[in-house]
Amino acid sequence: MTEATWHGIIHATLKAHDVKLVTYVPDNVLRPLIERIHADDFFTAFTCTREEEAVGIVSGAWMGGMRGVVLMQTSGFATLPNVLASLPVPFQIPVLLIVSERGTLGEFNIGQAMVARTMRPVLDSIAMEHHTLSRLDEVEFIVDRSIRQAVATQQPACLILSPLLTGGKVFK
Amino acid sequence: MNNQPATRDTAKAVARFDITQRLVAKLHHEEAVIGGIGHTNFDLWAAGRRPQNFYMLGSMGLAIPIALGVAIAQPQRKVIALEGDGSLLMMLGCLATVGARQPKNLIMVIMDNGAYEITGGQTTASAQGTDLAAVARATGIANANWAADEAHFETLIDKALATPGPHLIAARLTSAKPAGQTERDPAQIRDRFMRGLGTKR
Repeated sequence: MTEATWHGIIHATLKAHDVKLVTYVPDNVLRPLIERIHADDFFTAFTCTREEEAVGIVSGAWMGGMRGVVLMQTSGFATLPNVLASLPVPFQIPVLLIVSERGTLGEFNIGQAMVARTMRPVLDSIAMEHHTLSRLDEVEFIVDRSIRQAVATQQPACLILSPLLTGGKVFK
Repeated sequence: MNNQPATRDTAKAVARFDITQRLVAKLHHEEAVIGGIGHTNFDLWAAGRRPQNFYMLGSMGLAIPIALGVAIAQPQRKVIALEGDGSLLMMLGCLATVGARQPKNLIMVIMDNGAYEITGGQTTASAQGTDLAAVARATGIANANWAADEAHFETLIDKALATPGPHLIAARLTSAKPAGQTERDPAQIRDRFMRGLGTKR
């Protein structure tokens, strides 16, 4: 039975869609999802040195017949515009990105707050499908439908995990 | 050739198109080849189109990560990344990932001309002391060697195709111009490659 947490639902939904490869640059908010994935032999999961590298690996795996997802935080997404605009978007490769959103709703680092503002304008400017997950009761629907659409239309997609869903990271 | 392993300094400068042709001539088992941006993939294109070739357009530095992804998805197939020195220097961390994962079916061929040739020949760090095969060895990629000359390049490729990897083969290049230029049609490149890998009908 799927645990009714955001990470339990995402874990189960990835698995239901045969998304086996998980490449990531770690993030504290993503930790429960990363730990679940590592604990499940179904997945091949490992850290990468940069988010660009992680997108390259998942792109190659898709062409080789394996579905994958890249996990990162907002500042990591900010390193990606060139790679997204020159690999998954023009080559029509359905790379799925899951981004833990920092920079808003209680951010304590001004750098994170500033770089976070670039994320949605970048996604819009390269016409990449994106959704923000803020409610637990919508997680399964959005993840499920986004994977279906990405695969059917051969286009990448980005799912943003709002602090409203995850609790985010707060200064103590 | 003496008995010492070749280094970047002792390796003979070889022509990129010539060694690319020598490599392609050895591929008899539908090996996948990922061509890094610039002259590396121009010469791969010129060496003869194969359905198992993927030609990058942009995303500088990602030939090895893309090849690693293919290698993970298809562990029975040998996957070869052709990457330039400038591109690899942009994404040196990918060697650490390969070193950590030790994919048995991954072969990396580094085309090191010591220059960002396509932008006017500006000098790269590899021309000023960075030994990319030594960097690879330092990440745990034990089979990382310089090709002493054309014949040694072929010997290293034969060994890489016949034995478990990961393997990295570095070749020091002349400044010869590429023999062709890749057609820039990304959707078609991806579609043909997937058909070549049997993942699309």
